[in-house]
Amino acid sequence: MIPAAFDYVAPTTLDEALASLSAHRDDVKILAGGQSLLPVLRMRLNEPGLLIDLGRIESLRGIRDDGDALVIGAMTTHHDVSASALVQEHALLISEAMTHLADPQVRHRGTFGGALSHADPAGDLCAPALALGATFVIASAGGSRTVDAGSFFTGLFETAIGEDEILAEVRIPKHTDWGARYEKFVQIAYQWSIVGVAATVQVEGGLFAAARVGLTNMGIVPLRAEATESSLVGQPATAETIAAAAALAADGTNPPSDLNGDADYRRHLARVLTGRALRAASGVA
Amino acid sequence: MSTTTTDSTSPTGEIGRDRRRKEDARLITGRTRWTDNITLPGMLHLAMVRSTSAHARITAVRTDAAKAAVNVVDVFTGADLADTVGVCINAWPITPDQKTPTHPPIATDRVVFAGEIVAVVVARSAAAARDAAELVEVDYEELPAVVDLADAERNQVLAHPDLGTNRSAYWKFDSAEAGTGGSVEAAIAEARTTGVVIEREFRQQRLIPSFMEPRSVVVDPTGEQITVWSATQIPHILRFALAATTGVSESKIRVIAPDVGGGFGGKLQQTPEEMVAFAVARRLAQPVKYTETRSESLLSAHHGRDQIQRMTLAATTDGRVTGLKVELAANLGAYVALVGGGVPVLGAFMFNAIYKFPAYHFGVTTYFTNTTWTDAYRGAGRPEATFAVERLMDELAAQLGEDPLVVRARNWITHEEFPFTTVSGLSYDSGNYELATEKAKALFGYDELRAEQARRRESGDPVQLGIGVSTFTEMCGLAPSRVLGTLDYGAGGWEHASIRVLATGKVEVVTGSSAHGQGHETAFSQIVADRLGVPFEDVEVLHGDTMIAPKGLDTYGSRSLVVGGEAIVRASDKVIDKARPIAAHLLEANPDDLEFVGGRFQVKGTAVAGVTIQEVAGATFVAHNLPEGTEPSLDADATFDPDNFSFPHGTHLCAVEVDTETGRVSLRKYSACDDVGVIINPLIVAGQVHGGLVQGIAQALWEGAQYDENGQLLTGSFVDYLLPTTADTISFDLDHTVSPASSNSLGAKGVGEAGTIASTPAVVNAIVDALRHLGVSNVAMPCTPYRVFQAIQQAVGQKSASGGNPS
Repeated sequence: MIPAAFDYVAPTTLDEALASLSAHRDDVKILAGGQSLLPVLRMRLNEPGLLIDLGRIESLRGIRDDGDALVIGAMTTHHDVSASALVQEHALLISEAMTHLADPQVRHRGTFGGALSHADPAGDLCAPALALGATFVIASAGGSRTVDAGSFFTGLFETAIGEDEILAEVRIPKHTDWGARYEKFVQIAYQWSIVGVAATVQVEGGLFAAARVGLTNMGIVPLRAEATESSLVGQPATAETIAAAAALAADGTNPPSDLNGDADYRRHLARVLTGRALRAASGVA
Repeated sequence: MSTTTTDSTSPTGEIGRDRRRKEDARLITGRTRWTDNITLPGMLHLAMVRSTSAHARITAVRTDAAKAAVNVVDVFTGADLADTVGVCINAWPITPDQKTPTHPPIATDRVVFAGEIVAVVVARSAAAARDAAELVEVDYEELPAVVDLADAERNQVLAHPDLGTNRSAYWKFDSAEAGTGGSVEAAIAEARTTGVVIEREFRQQRLIPSFMEPRSVVVDPTGEQITVWSATQIPHILRFALAATTGVSESKIRVIAPDVGGGFGGKLQQTPEEMVAFAVARRLAQPVKYTETRSESLLSAHHGRDQIQRMTLAATTDGRVTGLKVELAANLGAYVALVGGGVPVLGAFMFNAIYKFPAYHFGVTTYFTNTTWTDAYRGAGRPEATFAVERLMDELAAQLGEDPLVVRARNWITHEEFPFTTVSGLSYDSGNYELATEKAKALFGYDELRAEQARRRESGDPVQLGIGVSTFTEMCGLAPSRVLGTLDYGAGGWEHASIRVLATGKVEVVTGSSAHGQGHETAFSQIVADRLGVPFEDVEVLHGDTMIAPKGLDTYGSRSLVVGGEAIVRASDKVIDKARPIAAHLLEANPDDLEFVGGRFQVKGTAVAGVTIQEVAGATFVAHNLPEGTEPSLDADATFDPDNFSFPHGTHLCAVEVDTETGRVSLRKYSACDDVGVIINPLIVAGQVHGGLVQGIAQALWEGAQYDENGQLLTGSFVDYLLPTTADTISFDLDHTVSPASSNSLGAKGVGEAGTIASTPAVVNAIVDALRHLGVSNVAMPCTPYRVFQAIQQAVGQKSASGGNPS
């Protein structure tokens, strides 16, 4: 598995990277951790003329507390995100999803921003980012702009990142003291999600004060189970409430059919897994 | 009668000791001679251009652009190499009228599966070869492809239109005709009126061997001999096949299988890639290397299994089996591979398993399809047989409302009945099914788990518990040459060994059993250390090079220890016999008065120190003072041809939890008590059983090659072909009984395939057992959550439609 020949640059600043990008924009791929891109290159599914490696840009790494939000640099590895006490405290759903993500080798190379930019509908970080209402800080030579999670995922492996832009960081509003659970349904551990459900809830006085449910691989982009979410708010945190809400989880979804199951089976899984995720997230037996 | 011991007394010698493998450091770190690590001066690199179509006529192959590319030396098509490339042979035509289409290593006018080689690019680097391969343009005129085995049986679309049929051969065994038992048809007819008849169709899905090291070959034509390094299980058979089909003298070919990273039968092949590399190297008179990509490996290295099994079991109402009828359809893929149609025939003797069936019929029809060719995969024929019969025994028990172990015990050969001649004509020398079952049940906590199962059913728990049984046996130690002769196999089944005693007293053991990760060097060292009384560390095992080990029949079919190990024992004994008169001479004693104990010749009944065999070796080397007329050498050879197979057996018990809401199956507990005869190295045996279990469990739960209707492989990477890792398995509880084999003096039976053979039906039986109260009586493999869920839905739907209670 040998990729087609390509040129390679490894800038040390974001500005240099953006300059290279605008010079070669139609024949370039951005290399983050490479855990998805390298197999694509090796199988010659894509043959870019230039790879811009972001691995030496220190400013893109790290996790910081920014008041109401956590800011995760795009080049922070999955391992570093999963080991972060800040993430554990303020965005438990991300920590939960990380425990299911690929294998230790991949988690040490793969990056948070890389996985989100790749926007694989079966990837495990997109639905949690959506559920938590993340915003994406996207840089270009002209400056940077911010895109909501709801507008970031635009299609199959497609995002709002433009040809001359690079994802710099992801801001995640703090969900301190929210319960969370990521239910990933696979046959074997390293498999992509057949269906995944990312649920995070805020329970106050025995009632659901807020609920967010993201769905993995239930369409070409990550989805929110909005009917489920709205049916929970203000209701008592009980198994009955959750069962009724989970029954709505597949509404408006358009999942794929493949060797792992057809669309109806996936809708069924989404409902079952949503119930389980909500029960675990809210501590309901 | 077999002698069964169950105590594991601590060993006094090497045999029976947990020795860490001599091979581990280099195999685990990879700092060794894998074929792809070999680089020769001036070596060129090959890239294959492979068919993108499952069945097509080749109308043009345009190579000009590729030939003009940077660093490309040449590009060859099938037509360019046709005269020199040889053919891929079938060594086991199962019937005289078997249809065996010629298998050119590189296609000339027609391709018959997607992945077949149509051109080869030769370049100065692997990258340049790959780049140029993308520039070769092949024009195909598409032909209709037959992909599915059931479609092949209908004979409407033909994989090889010139043959006029998809059928290659029909092979049968019938106990009434052979005189080994009664008439199956009569047994079935009687059971239909007074007894029980179980009819089932099982599908053995197609599997991909998925060895760790991809196949690789280096050919160096620059010496007197053409040297071929290959990641193969069969260096000796490869040398024969290269010589027989290219016209190069066998003595001008040296094949080396350096360290080989796994095979599982998948490297028991004379591959098109080896033949093409050999032809190109000769043509250019320069060394060449070809290493496949993982994608190429999954696509074009031979696949395994792929059978439809149509089973009819007749029994009395008190659960005694009166007859078993088996009709198989087996998918050969596009060509009859090296062993090819022989794989299901190997299973023919094993469908009667551990049981005293009075009547038996077996028939197999082999079919061509436009898919990757199939051949041996761990167990080769025997896992298929064990699966079908063990599934049926559970079905019989369910139908009778009895415990599956009780029904088995009613039919199995009892301990006192060995040696026992089976209805398929084999003579089982030893075994103790009662004891293995008793020990497995104790390990497993059988009664407690049955009680938990009842509680979960009672409470309607969404997670149901199922218990699966597999009491397997297999025929190992391939193989008595006379038996192979009666089956028209194209070779014998002996193995060769040489012992060389060096001047320093160190010992070199040369074996024809070429390992590919099993630990031969360690186990064989233990045997020789005990036999010759020399330190384990002083024994060096050499193999895998036809110049060093000129005679051999390689490694497959759990044969290395049982056949190859016995050859080593016999060669060792010859060394002792040669050393005895020299020792007597040195001790000034009569050879008949000497005893050989712990590596030392001593005069019987005296306390004199005597002389060690290593001291005798030194004296023999200098040859200053040998008895008159004595050859100055202790070296010895032995070739061993077994007179019977060996028959490992075991009782495997598996508990699974089935999440009825999603269909997901989780392993809960797995206990196995195997009888592999005398164990040389318990650590290696545990490793073989663990790996084997996972491979068999993987067939039950995860693995399955899938094609689309056009013959394109859908499971072309490990994203879709689900190979388990340790994260997907549980800890296994293992125990052993020891009924020594009588076919070799070590008493060993072989362990390479046991776990794989036994575990698949144990898992599927457990799944069905968990769901039987819901109306489920089978789930097709691999039992994916989707399939399990569908089976539940279908059964519950049928129950409620027929007025039953679906809860």
